[in-house]
Amino acid sequence: MQTDQIIEQLAAQLQPVRVLHSPAQRALLWLTLVGAVSAVLIVAYAQSSALQRMTTPRVALECLGTFLTAVTAIVAAFELSVPDRSSRWAWLPLPPLLLWLAASGAGCLRNGLSLHGPGGLAGESPHCFAFITAVSVPLAVVLFWMLRRARPMDPLPVAATGTLGVAATAAFILEFFHPFDVTVIDLALHLAAVGQIIVLGTALRRPLLAAS
Amino acid sequence: MRAAQAGDRAAYSQLLREVTPFVRAMLRRHCSHRQDIEEMVQDTLLTLHRVRQTYDPSRPFSPWLGAIAARRGIDGLRRRSRVARHEISVEVESVETFADPTANSDIEDIRAAGEIEELLRRLPPRQREALEAVKLREMTLAEASKASGQSVGALKVNTHRALKALRALFREQ
Repeated sequence: MQTDQIIEQLAAQLQPVRVLHSPAQRALLWLTLVGAVSAVLIVAYAQSSALQRMTTPRVALECLGTFLTAVTAIVAAFELSVPDRSSRWAWLPLPPLLLWLAASGAGCLRNGLSLHGPGGLAGESPHCFAFITAVSVPLAVVLFWMLRRARPMDPLPVAATGTLGVAATAAFILEFFHPFDVTVIDLALHLAAVGQIIVLGTALRRPLLAAS
Repeated sequence: MRAAQAGDRAAYSQLLREVTPFVRAMLRRHCSHRQDIEEMVQDTLLTLHRVRQTYDPSRPFSPWLGAIAARRGIDGLRRRSRVARHEISVEVESVETFADPTANSDIEDIRAAGEIEELLRRLPPRQREALEAVKLREMTLAEASKASGQSVGALKVNTHRALKALRALFREQ
């Protein structure tokens, strides 16, 4: 009886809805939008020394890992936002994330775990932290605005993969403005910036995603 | 479901009626408590309504519905175990063996009541009205409907939503 009344009520208040595009299409849309804006900024403002640095195999591998982490995490977030997709999508960004961390770690080892130099304590690293944070926020706003249309039932993995995606995108863009090789402090601040974006996004997942 | 997404109310009503036994049977595999199952069924229907735009008509319907029911089933079981952790089943006769309530517990009751009142104030007016009438004043649905001017169906939906909102507010605290 009670359930029947709820059915009546739901049917009475039914409004037509616009069916969402597939998660892959929506992920592609976000990546295309962000890719187009980033490409313009990179072409206009990228530092030649940073571009030169990217020709070395280790840095190229680091960039590849960062880029793939961004793409796979964004795809995973959109897939996880709808009910009938496997929760295993959450693991998709893990291999490229490991590649990113391994390549960055190798850079630190190559520099002898030095705390000095441009990325050292008194160097440019705080700028990297600010860059990743500042770029991630608008990217996250657009991403969450798109994700919330699905009203995810389990918002935690959606928010976690989504914020990993935006932070990795910001870190990838940073590579074009990062003229010096990564040091321990530099890497730690990159990871701290990525970590704080993930923590913030997952903490605010319910209001941001209008989770059901 | 495609017709329901386009706004066809009759098709939607028919769909919900047809899927309800399937959802109920599915949830019965995980839970034997009849009242809990019905609550999970209703939760599933409300969620289906909220996320109906995510159903892709080119894909099969059952896995989509099954995923929603499974998720709401898990939520229901978690809720049940949370409640079970904080509640003790006590026989009426054994209450006499307890010591008299202390002044401390009275103060705690007053504090808790104040907190609940504060949370109730944060609910939308129609949800608060429904919850107060049906759950707190323990009015029958017919009495509550007469007193509030809300239909019985609206009262049920608003009470359900109010409880969900309260749970969320409790979690925030």
